[in-house]
Amino acid sequence: MSKPSNPVEAHNNQIDSAYDHNPNDTHHAGDHHDEGPKVTLGFWIYLMSDCILFASIFATYAVLKDNIAGGPNGRELFDLSYVAIETALLLLSSLTFGLSMISMDAGKLKAVIGWLAVTGLLGLGFMGMEIHEFMKLIHEGAGPNRSAFLSAFFTLVGTHGIHVTSGLIWMGAMFGHLIRRGLTPANRIRMMELSLFWHFLDIIWIGVFSIVYLMGAA
Amino acid sequence: MSTPHVAKPKKAKTPHTKPVDIDQSKSELAHHEHHDDGAGHGTVKSYLIGFILSVILTGIPFALTMMHILPSSSLVPVILVLGIVQILVHLYFFLHMNASSSQVWNNAAFVFTLIIVGILVIGSIWVMFHLNHNMMPGMAPM
Repeated sequence: MSKPSNPVEAHNNQIDSAYDHNPNDTHHAGDHHDEGPKVTLGFWIYLMSDCILFASIFATYAVLKDNIAGGPNGRELFDLSYVAIETALLLLSSLTFGLSMISMDAGKLKAVIGWLAVTGLLGLGFMGMEIHEFMKLIHEGAGPNRSAFLSAFFTLVGTHGIHVTSGLIWMGAMFGHLIRRGLTPANRIRMMELSLFWHFLDIIWIGVFSIVYLMGAA
Repeated sequence: MSTPHVAKPKKAKTPHTKPVDIDQSKSELAHHEHHDDGAGHGTVKSYLIGFILSVILTGIPFALTMMHILPSSSLVPVILVLGIVQILVHLYFFLHMNASSSQVWNNAAFVFTLIIVGILVIGSIWVMFHLNHNMMPGMAPM
């Protein structure tokens, strides 16, 4: 009953503690060796299912984007230079996460944490800008209840924003893992997964700025 | 006679240096282990190439749209094509997708997802476009 309810987490803890208690025991490292690809494939399948979630929301947006109910349309609402800065923040954060992963391959814990912190700040900047944009739209009377177009817009962009926020919370937890245990195999797998998640969100953002903002203003 | 005595302590030193070697081989092992965790890894160069390509592929559609160079009928396909190319750049340079045998299940899941996404998006647009068309006879040309 006192064991963690999540079997994957329990197993990871087992791997983690096995490694931490016997750092010279190659047998445990060997065990772990087999875990990595399985865990990564599992996470990849989660990302693919998330992809299908976004596909449904993109499809909804594509169907509803012209139903503006006499309200403002994308061309009137969107400020492309503002979106360009948001895009730049997210793209830069993908690069800095990449640098964090390279530091991890080199075994430099401080550089891993440093680049991860830069990535987190860029992500926070992106979220700050997105929340500001949403507040501005709602203040102008172009909230999600104005038209089907705006409902679809807030759902799509908001779902992406919730994912980015989850990524930021995960990053916060990752700092704790890294500071407490360093670059253990379990933490390397966690970082690998977090990087896949973060790069995946950048890919979704390509769809958002192309289909929502650019095609909306075109 | 004294030379072997001098040589002996030198030889005796080697076991002391061994742990350093073990540590090195251990870190090498960890490194190799890390390289086989089910996903590829990049270098500073590959990340920078991906980043620069992404900046170009983002910059072009933003510039075209903001400066109103093209009419929207030809601008929309350009935005879509550049967006798809940029997604491929991200998949290759940032998510390290490739055709290696270690990624065969990742790629299988990806292809399956592409099919589902295609059915979802194209199907939805197709169905709803025709619904709109058929529900508004007054607006449709006969």
